[in-house]
Amino acid sequence: MTAGVDLDNVCADFGTFRAVDRVNVNIQPGEFFSFLGPSGCGKTTILRMISGFTNPSEGVIRIGGKDMKNTRPNQRPTALIFQNLALFPLMPVWENIAFGLEVRGVDKNTRRAKAEELLRLVDLPDAADKRVSQLSGGQKQRVAIARALAVEPDVMLLDEPLSALDLKLRQHMRAELRAIQKRTQVTFIYITHDQGEALAMSDRVGVMSQGKLQQVATPREIYDAPANGFVASFVGENNIFSGEVAGAEGAFATFRTASGTFQARLGPNTTGAKTRLFLRPEHVTLQAGPGALNSIPVEVTDVAFEGNFISIQSRDSSGQMLVAEARNDGAATVPKPGEKLHMVFDPAHALILAGDTAAKDPDA
Amino acid sequence: MKDLLNRYGPVLTSIFILLTAFWLLALVILPNIYLFENSFRPYLPIAEVGGPNDTYSFDNYLKFFESPIHIRVFIWTILYSSIVTVICFIIAYPLAYYLAKVADLKLVPTLFLLLFIPLWVSEILRSFAWFIILSLKGPLNFGLIGLGIIEDPIRWMTGFRSVMIGLVYTYVLFMLFPVYNAVQSLDTNQIEASEDLGAPWWRTHWRVILPHCKPGIASGSVTVFMLSAGSILVPTLLASTNSRWFTEIIQQWMFESQDWNTGSAYAFLLLIICTVFVSLVMRIFKVKLSDIAK
Amino acid sequence: MKQTRKSDWLFHTYMVLFLAYMLLPLVVMGGAAFNDSRFPSVYPWVGWTDRWFVELWADARMWNAFRNTIYVALAVVAISVPIGTAAAILVNSIAGTTRSVLYGLMIAPILTPGAVIGISTLLFWNTLSVPAGLHLAVLGQVSYIAAFVMLLVLARLQSFDRGLEEAALDLGASHMQVMRRILLPHLYPAIGAGAAIGFFQSIENFNVTLFTRGTYDTLTVYVFSKVRSGITPTINALALILISVTLVCAIIYEVRRRRAARAERMLLAKG
Repeated sequence: MTAGVDLDNVCADFGTFRAVDRVNVNIQPGEFFSFLGPSGCGKTTILRMISGFTNPSEGVIRIGGKDMKNTRPNQRPTALIFQNLALFPLMPVWENIAFGLEVRGVDKNTRRAKAEELLRLVDLPDAADKRVSQLSGGQKQRVAIARALAVEPDVMLLDEPLSALDLKLRQHMRAELRAIQKRTQVTFIYITHDQGEALAMSDRVGVMSQGKLQQVATPREIYDAPANGFVASFVGENNIFSGEVAGAEGAFATFRTASGTFQARLGPNTTGAKTRLFLRPEHVTLQAGPGALNSIPVEVTDVAFEGNFISIQSRDSSGQMLVAEARNDGAATVPKPGEKLHMVFDPAHALILAGDTAAKDPDA
Repeated sequence: MKDLLNRYGPVLTSIFILLTAFWLLALVILPNIYLFENSFRPYLPIAEVGGPNDTYSFDNYLKFFESPIHIRVFIWTILYSSIVTVICFIIAYPLAYYLAKVADLKLVPTLFLLLFIPLWVSEILRSFAWFIILSLKGPLNFGLIGLGIIEDPIRWMTGFRSVMIGLVYTYVLFMLFPVYNAVQSLDTNQIEASEDLGAPWWRTHWRVILPHCKPGIASGSVTVFMLSAGSILVPTLLASTNSRWFTEIIQQWMFESQDWNTGSAYAFLLLIICTVFVSLVMRIFKVKLSDIAK
Repeated sequence: MKQTRKSDWLFHTYMVLFLAYMLLPLVVMGGAAFNDSRFPSVYPWVGWTDRWFVELWADARMWNAFRNTIYVALAVVAISVPIGTAAAILVNSIAGTTRSVLYGLMIAPILTPGAVIGISTLLFWNTLSVPAGLHLAVLGQVSYIAAFVMLLVLARLQSFDRGLEEAALDLGASHMQVMRRILLPHLYPAIGAGAAIGFFQSIENFNVTLFTRGTYDTLTVYVFSKVRSGITPTINALALILISVTLVCAIIYEVRRRRAARAERMLLAKG
């Protein structure tokens, strides 16, 4: 079984603090949906409201079309994977997994069989009688997933479950989670502040900031067509120019900045708002001579070799620092610090967006 | 309250509240209110209880304030209980420090086990042991004469000397354990930092270790003082005619005179002095109630 | 590794002296149980005897007091453990002024002299026409022993991850099941310690019992009246038996502790 989750104008207040502000989203049955945002943006509160541990102060939460207002956490068709996993330390692995069945009165042999079946699913066939403290971080992770799957939930809720793992394991578990979700077809709702995780695993991503849902879209759209300055700056790297729209014609506009006047694509809701120009480092090129359009004379200040790409820092005449990324195809000529070049970009890749930018999260 | 309901549901929450309410109301609050109320009523034959003579007055308390002997015994009890508390601290502090910071870690549990043995042997037997030791022809006098320290046996059980010996022996562990816990929770690096900065050992103790131990010292002091002032067994066994303890007077009212009302007035005085001591300690050491109750 | 210092031998000596101070009186008291002297002492040594043990064994009053003591202790444990546990859970999940007031009331009995608890219990239940007796001794003792249980359980609760409760609820457990399978197993060590401490505290108790017991004897009261009415070395015999029981318990505990510590080390070594 799998079920969709609808959040209809949902708010959460803690005293005078509004942690979640009028969130509307329809999560489809069988979808892998992520809430992405910096810490304190309200994403964990949303998860706790779906699982029933926090009550929304306004709005309606529906699971499988059914209003959950008077359904207690232990009666909802959801299974939550906690950030610290919350495995029961006094029970062996198999009892942990079978706990949900135990409380439903399933007999011991069936429970044991089910636990072993799930342990095979998460690739831990020999762990049944181990103690939780004997498991490694990644193994605990799998046990937590198996425990949640054991109750055959319609919706699986995951609260940054990978944050405690090291980088290698985290990347491995991403693929694993995605595979489990595809196999079981259960709706996954995933909470993270790690954009890499959200983009790599999800069917759709909801970006949150200060309790508000900023944009809901596929990972590709989030990255290529961010709805506002926050989304653009929170997801991926940017060169950001402050300035103002000097004149719009259709989807494009002229944008005047201290570094020059550029042609760029006009984002949504920009009329009358404070706007900035966003330009991804991989969408600019450095060349010896000036370009016909959107060209900035710069001086290279630093070159960093990152393996699969090369990151080139430079400064324009106004003092703004700019970053360009070149793919390391083995043939590219790498400029040297001090070299004077021209940075050019296609108007289709430069976006004018409204709203504040994200303060860079040091964890992300 | 809402949190409690969310966590444990209505049935369990009701059980928790009922059990706690029974304890606090029927076993703590109401008995103390009755003690207070009864201390203002006269001691009457059963037939007259509730009659015209059953009126509130300060008579029971006046009995105390009009009796110089009772006042003297009261002051002695406070004074000697305080002295016992101080002696216990002086004995216990070096030990607590030793157990927490000097002793071999592998040895500590065994040492504690040995220290727990006298604690498990009841108070009355512990005072009885000293009753034997301190008797005129007892092993202490025998030993001291044998060693040539004294020539004639000493009459130990006179004045408050023997009572204090007994109280210190009986309650010193109640000072040791909280102070040990406090020293133990101090990061050894802080002691080393202090020494590294050139502080002599006594200054390290005075400025670094002792201030850290305040909650433990407060807890130990309150326990030792309360147990000493409220002790019935030790004074009964080890006191002489010229050293009486306040609890003995309470017993007299309760059992010999059968005057429970005056008895409760005196018991209330004992409660007041213990409460005053607790608040005094909390003031002096600037600690909270939760620091004391550990 | 701790470094050794010159002052260490002073500490070691002091520790040894203190242990002697704590334990020698018990040895003296135990030794006197075998001395064939009418008055309990180890000096002068009259001769070796076991008659004080025989006399103690034949003392019906002692056996009666012993039975009463055990009954009272069991009742005290049975009542104070649930009360103390419930109170700890209650106080742990509330906050603010209510919490401070409740907490203050709960630990007040620990800071109250036993005589006061005894007399107030006697007066209160007497007003309700409940006469003095062992049942009142139980209630009086529960009033402060429940506080010990509460403090132990509360300390243990502080190390409890409440996420575990939520995880269990989330998996569909009822509140009762969460209690039985998740919270109580975590609290068992504290509850067990509370029960043991409560049992010993009850056996030892004298001050509360003295005022509430009515005409019943418990062991401490029995010893007390013996001491008052004419001391005989049967008390020493009783003391020796009690000390031996304590010692045996202590040794069993220590052996088990060492074995557990060794098992843990081996587990760690294996990884």
